[in-house]
Amino acid sequence: MNPKSLMQKKKMRNYKMAEEQVPEKIKRISNSIYKEIVAEQQPEISMPLRSLQNVTYDEKVGYFELDNKFKSRTLTASTVKTFAQTLRMMALSKTLVETDDIATKRETYYVSKNWGEARFHEQMESDTVMDDIEAMFMVNREQMGFVPEEKGGDIAGKLVVIDKDPETGKEIKIDCTKFGSGAYSIPISVEHLKFETDAKFVLAIETAGMFQRLVKHTYWKKANCILVSMGGVPTRSVRRFVRRLSDDKKLPVYVFTDGDCYGFLNIYRTFKVGSGNAAHINKYFCVPNARFFGITTQDIIDYKLPTHPMKDIDLKRIKDGLKNDPFVLHHKEWQKALIEMAKLKVRAEQQALAQHGLNFVISNYLPDKLKNPKSWLP
Amino acid sequence: MISHRGNYDVFHIKILKRFLFYKTYDTLVVIRLSFSLSKERIYIIIKPEFSVCDTFIYPFFFGYCMQTRLKEEPKDEKGENKNSSQSENGKPIAIELAKKQREISIAEFFEKNRHLLGFDNRKKALLTTVKEAVDNSLDACEEAKVLPEIVVEIIDMGNNRYRVIVEDNGPGIVKEQIPNIFAKLLYGSKFHRLKQSRGQQGIGISASVMYGQLTTGRPAKITSKIGAAYPAYEIELKLDTAKNKPMIVSEKQTDWHREHGTRVEIDLEGDYLKGPQSVDEYLIETAIINPHVTITYQPPQGSQLMFVRVTEEMPKEPKEIKPHPYGVELGMLMKMLENSDNRTLQSFLTDEFSRVGAGTAKEICEQAFILPSTQPKKISRENAEKLMEAIKKTKIMNPPTDCISPIGKDLLEKGLKKEINAEFYASISRPPSVYRGNPFVIEAAVAYGGNLPEEKQMDVLRFANRVPLLYQQGACAITKSISTTNWRSYGLRQSEGSLPIGPCVVQIHMASVWVPFTSEAKEAVAHYPEIIKEVKLALQEVGRELGRYLGKKKRLSHELSKVDYIQKYLEHVSGALQEILKLDNNEKKRLEEHLKAVLEKTRSVSKEELAELKKDYGPKIKREKSDIDDDDEQSDLEEYDESEESDAEKEDEEL
Repeated sequence: MNPKSLMQKKKMRNYKMAEEQVPEKIKRISNSIYKEIVAEQQPEISMPLRSLQNVTYDEKVGYFELDNKFKSRTLTASTVKTFAQTLRMMALSKTLVETDDIATKRETYYVSKNWGEARFHEQMESDTVMDDIEAMFMVNREQMGFVPEEKGGDIAGKLVVIDKDPETGKEIKIDCTKFGSGAYSIPISVEHLKFETDAKFVLAIETAGMFQRLVKHTYWKKANCILVSMGGVPTRSVRRFVRRLSDDKKLPVYVFTDGDCYGFLNIYRTFKVGSGNAAHINKYFCVPNARFFGITTQDIIDYKLPTHPMKDIDLKRIKDGLKNDPFVLHHKEWQKALIEMAKLKVRAEQQALAQHGLNFVISNYLPDKLKNPKSWLP
Repeated sequence: MISHRGNYDVFHIKILKRFLFYKTYDTLVVIRLSFSLSKERIYIIIKPEFSVCDTFIYPFFFGYCMQTRLKEEPKDEKGENKNSSQSENGKPIAIELAKKQREISIAEFFEKNRHLLGFDNRKKALLTTVKEAVDNSLDACEEAKVLPEIVVEIIDMGNNRYRVIVEDNGPGIVKEQIPNIFAKLLYGSKFHRLKQSRGQQGIGISASVMYGQLTTGRPAKITSKIGAAYPAYEIELKLDTAKNKPMIVSEKQTDWHREHGTRVEIDLEGDYLKGPQSVDEYLIETAIINPHVTITYQPPQGSQLMFVRVTEEMPKEPKEIKPHPYGVELGMLMKMLENSDNRTLQSFLTDEFSRVGAGTAKEICEQAFILPSTQPKKISRENAEKLMEAIKKTKIMNPPTDCISPIGKDLLEKGLKKEINAEFYASISRPPSVYRGNPFVIEAAVAYGGNLPEEKQMDVLRFANRVPLLYQQGACAITKSISTTNWRSYGLRQSEGSLPIGPCVVQIHMASVWVPFTSEAKEAVAHYPEIIKEVKLALQEVGRELGRYLGKKKRLSHELSKVDYIQKYLEHVSGALQEILKLDNNEKKRLEEHLKAVLEKTRSVSKEELAELKKDYGPKIKREKSDIDDDDEQSDLEEYDESEESDAEKEDEEL
């Protein structure tokens, strides 16, 4: 066995161990609540505050780290419902992990319909309770047996993914160059995957349309790269997949988005350093070595791209980012980019490049970007 | 006044300059007038200028001649029509017109303008007739210090005709006066004095008699007896509208079971309907505001209703007062000066006005630069004006307030309790105040909850001198005061500038020697800032009491719902812990008990306090939606959750 796969195995084991810990954690917390109630004291559960206010950013660490602000929920007459729901969901999670089963977020919501008065009325409510427990235990929800409904993104290009056959458990190799005009779909859980590749870089693309164009014209062959379609804000599995890929294979990651604040702050920032809401798991679900490749304000000027006027809400988002986002506050380049955008008051989509010819993006834009690292943003 | 082709009823005719405006059911027509005269008849040539409805205009072709008997309007017209001021035979129009000009009898005027007296439509006519008769009966009883017992009967005679019978146990009326009181407009005892009473001008009942005569052609029948030793007389009366004089149709002595009293029978065209602004509503409100009155009412359909008195106490008899100088206008002052028997201005001022003593009189004279010894009859118009100015400048004490007889806080509440079934009552009788030299008292009461409808605008009961005001709520100063009071701070819902919403009745009574109505029909109180201010102060006082009550009630329901709330989720906390920790059932039970104890501790109200609240407010309260759910989104989101909502879940939402 080579040292690399040994390490893989170890990681898997660590991960597995974390999974084994969840029922223990649930038992421990439940027990302390039980004891407090029997002693007629008010039990309290606390969890880290999940917001941008409670994260710090250090470039060396590479992602949003959770600060030490906590919110606590004391059992009182008015919190008894949420308390009951939290405990119910912990019980469900314990059962799931113990029986090696999974429940999607939507399924969890429907399971709650058995809880009588404590049932959820909307999936949003059950998601919030789930996120609270996740933060409370500082684990990933997959470890608690809960999985998201949405799948990850798509992959095409010079990559071989090594997965296991769900029936036989045998290793299978998936060659991502062999999907023709289609693509390999990232599974919800990616921890067990292994990779083989000789690509030079990973290119993560915001829209499925742009991804289609690059696949159609086999851009990955020309540039010797791996293409990832994110489809808007990248899901946790896309982030984890790209993170593992780039860590394992030491590949640089470039992110190609629209030239708007949504592309800058929601997509790119979440991809690179994680989000405030899921701060407790950012450590695993971020790609710190990602670089911004996609349309900047300078590109809009240089390529004379057709634009759309910005809405008030976008300007507000930029202002908010400049004021509150620790990532923006850390990077002068991003502050400059956002201020420039706010001044121009326009945004441009990836597809705007088609103004200069449908394949302008392949023939000019991407090669220019690759040649010129100065035009990237951190 | 206008005869024209087509069967169109014409309303609201107005002539302005050379244009004639009139309205039919749905059309406003504007017509330009010009005159041409022949010996006997005056023709108005009309040219339609503008009409909202084209289909209506076709009979009025350009130049179409319309034969018109000019009766009321020619005076207005003659000056304005310069184009045709010469008639065909060369005589000035004015001479022709002068032949037609004559005095208009007040009765004729009201015959044409019956809406001014409250006879706009059949429904209102019936109400007005009952109202005028009952008001007169009550006034008479109170003046004679008899506890009023009123019998009202309405008989449906078919064909939209009704017979209204109102009978009282009042002092009765001497035979000679009956015709004048019931069949002469502006005849009465109440107009020239300043004293709180229901009636003012002496128009009401005679107008009802006139209306009945106009619509059915039948005379009114009055029966009256002034004492056990006197005979009862039955008189049938009509009103000569041209002369405003009574006509006696028949007159006879009869036997009557009553010792004294009066019975009025009027046949008229009307519409009997229930609901707001109905006879029923009027009688209920009258019973509320006159707790010393017993009314027996037989409606056209259904069984007899009795409104029984709740007090034997007669209202304090209001005193008659002299006018206050601040309330007098120039014309009135001049008339008073002319009619005065006083030899000096000084004595005139002290004798004819209230609150004017020797010192004040002197001061007024000084301010006016008129000698106090001047003869009042010799004071010129200019000097009278100076006198007015002087009165304004002089500080004069407010008029005496014993001329007003308010109902009083307790009786006000009793009256409201009697007819309105609510869970909470509050009332207030304000100290007297003054507008334009007229003293007045505002009283307010509020009833909340009970059987009152939840999601409706607050019911407003307006009263002036113990008479319910049913029409023109929007135009009334009382309504304005209510809607400009902030009820939100007293626990009711209210959008800016409108009446609050909630299971609530507000009653406002204005007692005054002279209630300033906006019209002769006495439907709305005029907007005097002093009145609005007093009404608002009264409302704020009862409002604060209501707010306190609602606050306590809310707290109780909040606490009660918390108990339920805890109970509901208790088993889920214990159930989940049982599942995780594999507890047995005994342990689970024990856990639940402990949990309950923990949660009870977190409540803000102690058990004893809760029991007390329950005692005071318990049986009446309805459960209100709980606002203690800490999940903010939930209530918003619940609306969107459609399909899988079971009935049980609906209950959940209601809690």
